[in-house]
Amino acid sequence: MLELTAAHIAKTFNRRNIFRDVSFTLKEGTSLTLTGRNGSGKSTLMKIIAGVLTPSRGSVVLNDDGKTIPSSDHYRYFGFVSPYLQLYDEFSGEENIRLVQEIRGLPAEQSTIDGALADVGLAGRGGDLLRTYSSGMKQRLKYAAALVHRPRILLLDEPTSNLDEEGKAFVHRAIERQKGQGILILATNERDELSLCDAVITLGDPAGGKEGL
Amino acid sequence: MDMTLLKFLLFFWLAGVILAAFAFPIVPSPRHWNEFPVIPGLEDKARILFFHVPMSWTAVVAFIISMISAIRYLVRKNGNDDIVSAASAGLGLLFCVLATVTGSLWAKFNWGSFWNWDPRETSIAILLLIYGAYFALRSAIDGEEKRAMLCAVYAILAGVTMPFFIFIVPRIVASLHPEPIVNSQGKIHMNPTMLTVFLASLAGFTALYFWMLRLRIRTMKAEILSLARADAA
Amino acid sequence: MFRSIGPVLAVMRKEFRSELRTRYALNALFMFVVTTLAIILFAIGNENASSEVLSGVLWIIIFFSTMSGLSRTFITEEERGTGPTLQLLTRPLTIFIGKFIFNTVLLFAINLLTVALYLLLLTNYQIRSYDIFITIMALGTVGLSATSTILAAIVAKANTKGTLYPVLSFPLLLPLLLSVINATKMAADGARFLDALGEYQVLISYSVVIFTASVLLFEFIWKD
Repeated sequence: MLELTAAHIAKTFNRRNIFRDVSFTLKEGTSLTLTGRNGSGKSTLMKIIAGVLTPSRGSVVLNDDGKTIPSSDHYRYFGFVSPYLQLYDEFSGEENIRLVQEIRGLPAEQSTIDGALADVGLAGRGGDLLRTYSSGMKQRLKYAAALVHRPRILLLDEPTSNLDEEGKAFVHRAIERQKGQGILILATNERDELSLCDAVITLGDPAGGKEGL
Repeated sequence: MDMTLLKFLLFFWLAGVILAAFAFPIVPSPRHWNEFPVIPGLEDKARILFFHVPMSWTAVVAFIISMISAIRYLVRKNGNDDIVSAASAGLGLLFCVLATVTGSLWAKFNWGSFWNWDPRETSIAILLLIYGAYFALRSAIDGEEKRAMLCAVYAILAGVTMPFFIFIVPRIVASLHPEPIVNSQGKIHMNPTMLTVFLASLAGFTALYFWMLRLRIRTMKAEILSLARADAA
Repeated sequence: MFRSIGPVLAVMRKEFRSELRTRYALNALFMFVVTTLAIILFAIGNENASSEVLSGVLWIIIFFSTMSGLSRTFITEEERGTGPTLQLLTRPLTIFIGKFIFNTVLLFAINLLTVALYLLLLTNYQIRSYDIFITIMALGTVGLSATSTILAAIVAKANTKGTLYPVLSFPLLLPLLLSVINATKMAADGARFLDALGEYQVLISYSVVIFTASVLLFEFIWKD
């Protein structure tokens, strides 16, 4: 049983407090939505949880069946889709997925790659350079890269940006699947996405705004 | 400890050193306690020894302290360590400039030109470049935490290359630096009077550095506090 | 530890493939070397420059080539937003070593070109002891790459990247440059292989020290 705990996370930047004390625990099969005004720190918190940003105070703890995972290994558990995590323009969709798997040290069979591309509706476009993709296609490829290693924790920052109806439907399917098997954290301001998860934390609200936890 | 008392003590100490450095007569065979021997080739110009060497020494001490604070910052992530590191670097830069200038003056009077590519001259100039690079880096980064982190790393990298300067550079170019002070056996061959004034100067300049460091750290902290208040208002 | 070799090689392969596709660094470096050599040739003209001067000039060209080419690998990650993506794929050290190997190979290639053109075009500059020369080129390239790679990581996170890189690199590279220029001069003058033993020792210890420090410090630079 995987458990993700955010313990008293605070972040200041140039002496300005972005948030002061964020704490929550998520177990496998639960999900969380982060919401708040622009600039309230949703993306910052997501980055801290994923381990690509260091908090000013507090820490993120991962427990797998009672064993604490060292923070240097946290990256293995996460899949992260966000507007500021890019893939490589000069490579094709297929090459991007392959290199992502190879750098992870995971098998990069052709069937795996084809499957990942098909899952996001990019079958047949895998051979084209990322440079030629539309923004919607790039978003789909980000999902492919994040989901191909079946992450136990999925972080989605603005999950449906740039996506058409079909793309949004796919994302909602992926969200449901993850909710069943793993941990899911969503950051969004879209009204209709607010109720997708078990609980909601509103950042920037002095009362803390933690509901449902 | 009463800081005002120490301040005056330091003032008189350094005043005494400067007085002794300039006023003590240089005679061929010193017999009185306050006489310096003649060093062939240097004579009166030897007086600069009392200033140039302590300044160089202080510039190096400042750098070492800067580096140690940098290591502490990386370990503890405490902003104070970054302040000490930067404050020390600033003072180190000052003493380094003074050392280079006094060294050049000596070079001009002794060997006719301001710059000779002597390894020690070169080493102090390299230290100057390192300080300059440190501050160039400091001013090129937004975000306090990132700035502190990257500067700490650079200070440590620079510190790690220091031994190479001290031991390797002198090997390559024959030295013009006089060796009346410490020879290869590590013995000190200096007249007792000169030695006393020299060591007093060394101690005085080091104390001056620490006092200035304290002041600078307080100033930097006060600046940060006032900026924080302005932000909050 | 050994299962990290796969990811390290994967990072390295990505760098090579990316460079071969876009050729940003290769093109710029090639033109840089050719242009600089042309300037040197015009500047020297018919004068007979000593082997000391010409040994030094060779390494000046190499130093500036290094500055032109080796920062690209980190700066592009930062500018394109692929840095955090990489962070989620593997440990920081894997990324550093992968990029270091890439930078070293790239520098070897550039230096090979530079040396070949240099010896070809400057006809009064001859290397008499090739054993010293080749050893020095190899050791010097590794050392240059080590320092330049870690500093490229630092500069990538700063604002004024282009001008900052040589300013930070030069003081740290001085011991290496002095050593390598001296040994190159010895090679030009026809010294015996073991005469330059002191320089080999300096270069090897320099590379070891910088590499070790880089391995320990990289994570602090890489993680925001």
